[in-house]
Amino acid sequence: MSEAGLPGVRDISFRQGLSGDTARQLTPLALAMYRLSLWLQSPRPYLMLIGFAAFFGFWYLSVEIWKLPRFAEMPGPTEVIREWLSKDPVYGLSIFVDEYYLHIWVSTRRILIAFFLATAIGVPLGLFLGWSQRFKQFVFPVFEFLRPVPPLAWVPLAIVMFRGSETPVIFLTFLASFYATALNAMLGVESIDVSFLRAASCLGANRWQVFRHVIIPGALPFIFTGLQISVGVAWFSLVAGEMVSGQYGLGYVINTSYTMVRYPTIVIGMITLGIVGYVTSAAVRLLGDYMMQWRTRELGLGGER
Amino acid sequence: MAHARTRTGGRKVRTQPSAAVDLSSLQKGSYERRAQSAPKGEIRIVDAVKTYGVHGTGILAIDNCTFDVQAGEITVVVGPSGCGKTTLLNAIAGFHGLSSGSIYLDEEMLCGPGKLKADSGPDRIVVFQNGALFPWKTNLENVAFGPIMQGRLTRTEAHEKARHMMADAGLNDIEQNYPGEISSGVRRRVEIVRALMNDPKVLLLDEPYRALDSLTKSVMHEALLEIFYKNRVTIFFITHDLEEAIFLGHRVVIMTTRPCKPKKILDIDIPHPRDYSVLTTKRFREIMDETAAAVHEEAIKAFAAGERER
Repeated sequence: MSEAGLPGVRDISFRQGLSGDTARQLTPLALAMYRLSLWLQSPRPYLMLIGFAAFFGFWYLSVEIWKLPRFAEMPGPTEVIREWLSKDPVYGLSIFVDEYYLHIWVSTRRILIAFFLATAIGVPLGLFLGWSQRFKQFVFPVFEFLRPVPPLAWVPLAIVMFRGSETPVIFLTFLASFYATALNAMLGVESIDVSFLRAASCLGANRWQVFRHVIIPGALPFIFTGLQISVGVAWFSLVAGEMVSGQYGLGYVINTSYTMVRYPTIVIGMITLGIVGYVTSAAVRLLGDYMMQWRTRELGLGGER
Repeated sequence: MAHARTRTGGRKVRTQPSAAVDLSSLQKGSYERRAQSAPKGEIRIVDAVKTYGVHGTGILAIDNCTFDVQAGEITVVVGPSGCGKTTLLNAIAGFHGLSSGSIYLDEEMLCGPGKLKADSGPDRIVVFQNGALFPWKTNLENVAFGPIMQGRLTRTEAHEKARHMMADAGLNDIEQNYPGEISSGVRRRVEIVRALMNDPKVLLLDEPYRALDSLTKSVMHEALLEIFYKNRVTIFFITHDLEEAIFLGHRVVIMTTRPCKPKKILDIDIPHPRDYSVLTTKRFREIMDETAAAVHEEAIKAFAAGERER
């Protein structure tokens, strides 16, 4: 193939970051390792450790050493951690007790069910809201009217509506997640540059193909932001729900420990919630990175943006 | 590459679009084949008017705009930012309608009385100002997109053809990369290849090199000309850069600022194929001198009116 005697035409096909060959060989795993090594080389993990150390240090000092006025009644970190790691816990809950894992599992199961329901209903609803003006005009006002009603306000009706103790809790957990998911999916569609839609129609895509090839992938970054918020607020409302009804779950643990004056157990419940919540949102983030490799590569490998 | 089109253009078909083109200098035969089977893509814009906003009170973006884009030529529309030239391009592409007037493509009405908005389609493909490669598809998937959507090729066939076309343009080593991983100059070239995959009659380029630095730009100009010589597709090119316009165009249409209509239409008599040495020739400078005043005058008007590109 001749370059028609024009110099430099080939010369600009080099890339800003890695060369084409290198990028092609990168598997998702290799990318993950690459990012991990970058992360370990950056100051971030050490700053994170310092942050945690400061938090626990403040807790320890204020409760156990200084005994500050408002903190004196609180369980200190040594007491909590001793209880948490004890084979024979004073208040009955530690990492050596099977019941502890039952509570975690029950809560996680509720979160998973509610989160998947919220995603399965919220994402399509949000996409259609963003895609069709007419649909939005019907649905969005109702949506915005229901959205400010907090999950806690739904508790009585949820108990009346759903039999048993499991479904009301899942319903309450679902609600907040659903709003976050649907709203972000809708904003995702609205954020898509009109040029992409125009380009697709120039290239002969019909309405359905535009939806499949432009709307859905174009909204994905927002959808995943929504899912991360969603999984976070799911834990909020789960605990609220579990405090009201249910016999197991971390929210239930916290509430019963309060009524039975087992303060260290409350804190164990809180720390566990923090850890499990962190893990679930990290899982969502990883799934997002996996599904949006184009973004990961742009950001991770020093593309132009 | 040179797929024969069944529809025939009617009025004044020019088999030899530019008398000065030296065919023997082109090693590739595709241009000759295209040139012999009368080039497609003549656009006639007749009395186009576009007002924005409420009827009668809105902004007049285009007023009584009439000119032709000859098939198989590069026509460059020059005007200051915000003069309404993109509005005109959007009307041709079918992104929005005209208020009145009509536009014909090879004597077929795209839009006009009774149908003010043209349908978008793969016979007129736009290359966008800020680029519109889908960032979530690899470059290869982007290039193969059109024929798959139109159902003209299967996925495998389209990828095969896309690989060939990208190799032809020297882009084969970035097939599996995402657009976000390559420089913006290369992105524009991929986008042009994506358009050419569909054998369009007209390429509509909306200031495609606006965001590029001037060195990259000069390479892009030559690459565009190379593509043009190979494919002989009609090109409608919008810019505010007069030098770019004269360097690329067979014909340069200088626009008045809002409302937008032709102020001066020039046929550039510098022979094709051109390369960057043209810029230093006496004739090029003469044409620049003749036209710079007209463009500058409009730029001042546009500045005074405080117009900005949307």
